[in-house]
Amino acid sequence: MVKNLKKYFPARGKWLKAVDNVSFSIGFGETLGLVGESGSGKSTLGRSILRLIEPDDGEVIFEDVDLRKLGGEELRQRRRFMQIVFQDPLASLNPMMTAGQNIEDPLIIHNIGTNEERRKTVMELLDIVGLGREIIDSFPHELSGGQQQRVGVARALALNPKFIVADEPVSSLDVSIQAQVVSLLYELKRKFGLSYLFISHDLAVVKYLSDRVAVMYLGTIVELAPKKELYEKPLHPYTRALLASIPKMPKDGKPQKRFSALKGEIPSPVDLPPGCRFQSRCEHVTEICKEEEPTFREVFPEHFVACHLA
Amino acid sequence: MEELLVVNNLKTHFRRYEGVVKAVDGISYKINYGETLTIVGESGSGKSVSALSLLGLIRKNGKVVDGEAIFEGRDLLKLNQEELRQIRGKDISMVFQDPMTSLNPIMKIGIQIMEPLIWHKLMQSTEAREKAIELLRVVGIPDYRVRAWDYPFEFSGGMRQRVMIAIALACNPKLIIADEPTTALDVTVRAQILNLMQDMKEEFGLSIMLITHDIALAMNFSDSIMVMYAGKVSEYAPVAEFIRNPLHPYSRGLIASTIDIETEESFIKPIPGAPPNPLDLPSGCKFHPRCAYTQDICREVEPECKEVRDGHKVACHLVERGEIQ
Repeated sequence: MVKNLKKYFPARGKWLKAVDNVSFSIGFGETLGLVGESGSGKSTLGRSILRLIEPDDGEVIFEDVDLRKLGGEELRQRRRFMQIVFQDPLASLNPMMTAGQNIEDPLIIHNIGTNEERRKTVMELLDIVGLGREIIDSFPHELSGGQQQRVGVARALALNPKFIVADEPVSSLDVSIQAQVVSLLYELKRKFGLSYLFISHDLAVVKYLSDRVAVMYLGTIVELAPKKELYEKPLHPYTRALLASIPKMPKDGKPQKRFSALKGEIPSPVDLPPGCRFQSRCEHVTEICKEEEPTFREVFPEHFVACHLA
Repeated sequence: MEELLVVNNLKTHFRRYEGVVKAVDGISYKINYGETLTIVGESGSGKSVSALSLLGLIRKNGKVVDGEAIFEGRDLLKLNQEELRQIRGKDISMVFQDPMTSLNPIMKIGIQIMEPLIWHKLMQSTEAREKAIELLRVVGIPDYRVRAWDYPFEFSGGMRQRVMIAIALACNPKLIIADEPTTALDVTVRAQILNLMQDMKEEFGLSIMLITHDIALAMNFSDSIMVMYAGKVSEYAPVAEFIRNPLHPYSRGLIASTIDIETEESFIKPIPGAPPNPLDLPSGCKFHPRCAYTQDICREVEPECKEVRDGHKVACHLVERGEIQ
């Protein structure tokens, strides 16, 4: 559970509010999808939860313990259960270690098992993520992008975590490989009852994997709802625009030559105007949107939105 | 419709320390006036090389070893660098994936738009200056009169891509080659850029060669689709026909593994395995190790890309025999 989390970065004498008062919770075995464009603060949020970036304010409660109150060793013990998979698998694996060593590393750090036991665990992990055991002594650069990402996933799984932050884990992969890794994540979730915070800019991939979805814009969550509800009845104009702008498979045989586009671009998060953050791009903007920041409220059961007009 | 560009049996090979990479190995296609052809493929399939070869833009270790590319009656592959230079940026221009690395970082964007106009001696500098400003207006840069004298780093990714399109349009080209023009952009901005390209195409009667890995985009945006795998054409068809009846198992696999917003859970079917190592290609059909229908003939004989019905070409033994329909 995350409460009122904030992360501000200093920017030329002002503050860049990368994460501004964000609250949500994730249940056991649940996947929360976090969608947003670049600059929305989704990665900063993901990392702040694990304290890979130190948040400035708020609480991160993981199994009844506020992670922000923990010191080094205690935090390290807790982090066993929270792992992260990054976007660029090659950059996130240690290039000087073999695939096997990369996967084994967290076990060594946490002092788990003997050499042989660890080797056995690594083998099992390779099976789980669908890699052949023969790659155990290959170095990351010898593997393909999809294989590298599987190693990244195996490493995240090594400590039997309960919660994984997956930060754009498939964005850098080719379509056919992307589908493989997405199905893998889906199976792992079912098999091990994992909870995910699945961060992506791709609404289709998020839909496939998530139970609930949060849409982030300029540092805050503007809409949060169960998946079906969010995709079928989006309330926030930004969510609607995102959904409309994706090219869909023309199954009925009619190609779209044009796509519904939102005007403008995501503004600079430094020095936001008063009122709603989305006002500069919203087609329904009214007076109140320019004056008051909308509250994030529950409009339907489980369906939260921050919009005056919803 | 009249043909603008006809490419026959293009082969581009690269010398590498470990051997020869046949990046493009005998592909043929054509683009009519005012038409969009999309080349779809995964990384390493040869989709970019097949376009760059036409303009003499491949790296030094690469060579066009065979084929012809007839552009308005002239074979591009027989021209020397000087003659190509007269065509590049004028009759054929390019839009690349990453506008930050393809724009000159220390040159004001207005000057960069004027550059091809002056270089190709189409205009004097005062006239070119007006044209540059006009183009920025056309591609939708707000405050374009002032912004024309800003540097690339002062623009966002979407705006930089608009500038790239303005440069590409400057000399009224007949063909624009757009190599993954929207891959680096956010979804909402991507839609804007695609709409802009569609507008430009209709307004100026341009032909577009779009290179992308996104099959959903290809199926929406183009008039014809060419799917490439391991340097070969696996399927080539008019878009309506392709949507109705994609035939090659690889095309079908790509479609099934694309996670669409309307996909229901458990609906994606990934293609197993990974694209082959270009230095060690499989025998027979290059796709056979990943194909669900593989038979003996697929392992032994490489299928030819043959027309199965009007304008629809497929390189697959089983399609040829009518076992896949």
